[in-house]
Amino acid sequence: MASINKAVLDLKRLDLLANNDSGIHRLDARAKVLVTCVFILCVVSYDRYELAALFPFFIFPAVLIALADLPPLFIAKKIALLCPFVLVVGIFNPLFDREVLVNLGPLAISGGWISFASILVRSILTVGAAFILVGVTGFTAVCQALERLGMPQVFAVQLLFLYRYIFVLSEEGSRASRARELRSCGKKGLGIRSFSSLIGHLLLRTWQRAERIHMAMLARGFTGRFHAYRQSSFGKKELLFVLGWSTLFILLRFNNASQLLGTVVTGIFS
Amino acid sequence: MSHHIVEVKNLQHIYSDGTAALKDVSFIITHGESVGIIGANGAGKSTLLQHLNGSLEPTGGSIHIGHTPLSKGTLPDIRRTVGMVFQDPDDQLFMPTVFDDVAFGPLNLGYSPADVEQRVSEVLELVSAGHLRDKPPYHLSGGEKKRVAIATVLSMSPDILVMDEPTNGLDPFARRQLMALMRDFEHTRIFTSHDLDMVMELCDRVIVLHEGEVRADGPAEDIFSNDKLLAECRLEKPLSMQGCPVCGGGPARAPKPRSPHHHHHPHS
Ligand SMILES: Nc1ncnc2c1ncn2[C@@H]1O[C@H](COP(=O)(O)OP(=O)(O)OP(=O)(O)O)[C@@H](O)[C@H]1O
Ligand SMILES: [Mg+2]
Repeated sequence: MASINKAVLDLKRLDLLANNDSGIHRLDARAKVLVTCVFILCVVSYDRYELAALFPFFIFPAVLIALADLPPLFIAKKIALLCPFVLVVGIFNPLFDREVLVNLGPLAISGGWISFASILVRSILTVGAAFILVGVTGFTAVCQALERLGMPQVFAVQLLFLYRYIFVLSEEGSRASRARELRSCGKKGLGIRSFSSLIGHLLLRTWQRAERIHMAMLARGFTGRFHAYRQSSFGKKELLFVLGWSTLFILLRFNNASQLLGTVVTGIFS
Repeated sequence: MSHHIVEVKNLQHIYSDGTAALKDVSFIITHGESVGIIGANGAGKSTLLQHLNGSLEPTGGSIHIGHTPLSKGTLPDIRRTVGMVFQDPDDQLFMPTVFDDVAFGPLNLGYSPADVEQRVSEVLELVSAGHLRDKPPYHLSGGEKKRVAIATVLSMSPDILVMDEPTNGLDPFARRQLMALMRDFEHTRIFTSHDLDMVMELCDRVIVLHEGEVRADGPAEDIFSNDKLLAECRLEKPLSMQGCPVCGGGPARAPKPRSPHHHHHPHS
């Protein structure tokens, strides 16, 4: 439980990164959301056996991390947290899909392994892009941008609450498990019974606390709309940002960049 | 709502598990009054306060704020009028930084960013939490959280200030500061506290709750000199009205000690 709490605290740190000041941070949230959406769409829309064409896309997270001065190691660790889930999703591919697609000398690589690697790379790219988006924008601003881009307000607010409640749940969880640990006097756990009652309590407490927080929000004039302090408008810079990156992504998507580079190079030398 | 009268009539509240937390509570608080609500643990103080801004719905009875009945339709207006500090500051702080949290209310009221900025800085100074503005609320100490929670409410300039145990967990200096702040607040103040000295100092009027009912309602001096009442309600005299612990002499508030002491401690 303690480690979950730490992971969640780290998530909050991601939100805090959004308070930094950089050219990227100052861009209107809508521009960043749009670009991230195009990016994710392009990456996801590839054929399942595509691998090489995905690599040029790493330029987007790399450039943003550099420009926005985000801690790269921290982002990498966050993404690494996700790897176990990807493994679960992708691990059966090599078992079921044994048709050999590529021969690297004596090494025959089956389609399963390639699609597995492709899933992994795609997850890293999309999740990384989402984390970076939150890190340079802040979750509240992202939801607000989604709303201003046409997502129904109800969904935007739901999303925000979901995000807040992750924190509430983890805080309650760490408190309850600390109390249990302290009273178990160093004995390793008090059996499954105390644990299951702890989980039950946890859900109830989380629900009640979430309700009290909701009351506190209402008490402070919350009407279902989140206001961001940082006001911004969609200007020339934003347009350039969106058009520039989107063109790049779409170009990359429809031309295999590695191949393109190859033809250019051979073209020069022939 | 020019007259911020708070009128509670036959208020009842039964929690969903059947606990009757409030049985029959009635009182009227007029504009500018400073009222302390005291009572034992579980007497129903927090439950009562949470009705005043519609956080809890009464099972029976009614509440009027400035002649407006509290109902679904009037709730937004009433919540703007009544500023509420909850007992547990963790329930009140939910934004990523202290600044965002204090700015949440003013932004909802539609202030411009420049006004918000100014307002937030002002109230954070008032509770001397200016240095905390960029910290995340979950990294604060208990008393700091409390101070920020109070700032979040002050930032909305409420007409009626309702606080559930405001000085709980504050250090002596912060407690003094908050008391000065509450004395300067010119509108209606309603608060609960187990800090009876604070109640004695700040309140003209005290309401004693006992097992969900109003047991007594009157001037602070009268209530605190009624020993029988206090004992029945699991309360005691404020320290300032008790005898000197060293010499057993009269209350520190009474200026004249009965006889000269042989020991050295000033009675002010
Ligand atoms: N959510 C709830 N569900 C059921 N019963 C509750 C709930 N909240 C409070 N109670 C009960 O209602 C009664 C009044 O509680 P309340 O919180 O108003 O007391 P209080 O006077 O504020 O006490 P304290 O001085 O300890 O803060 C208590 O007996 C309590 O057990
Ligand atoms: Mg209480």
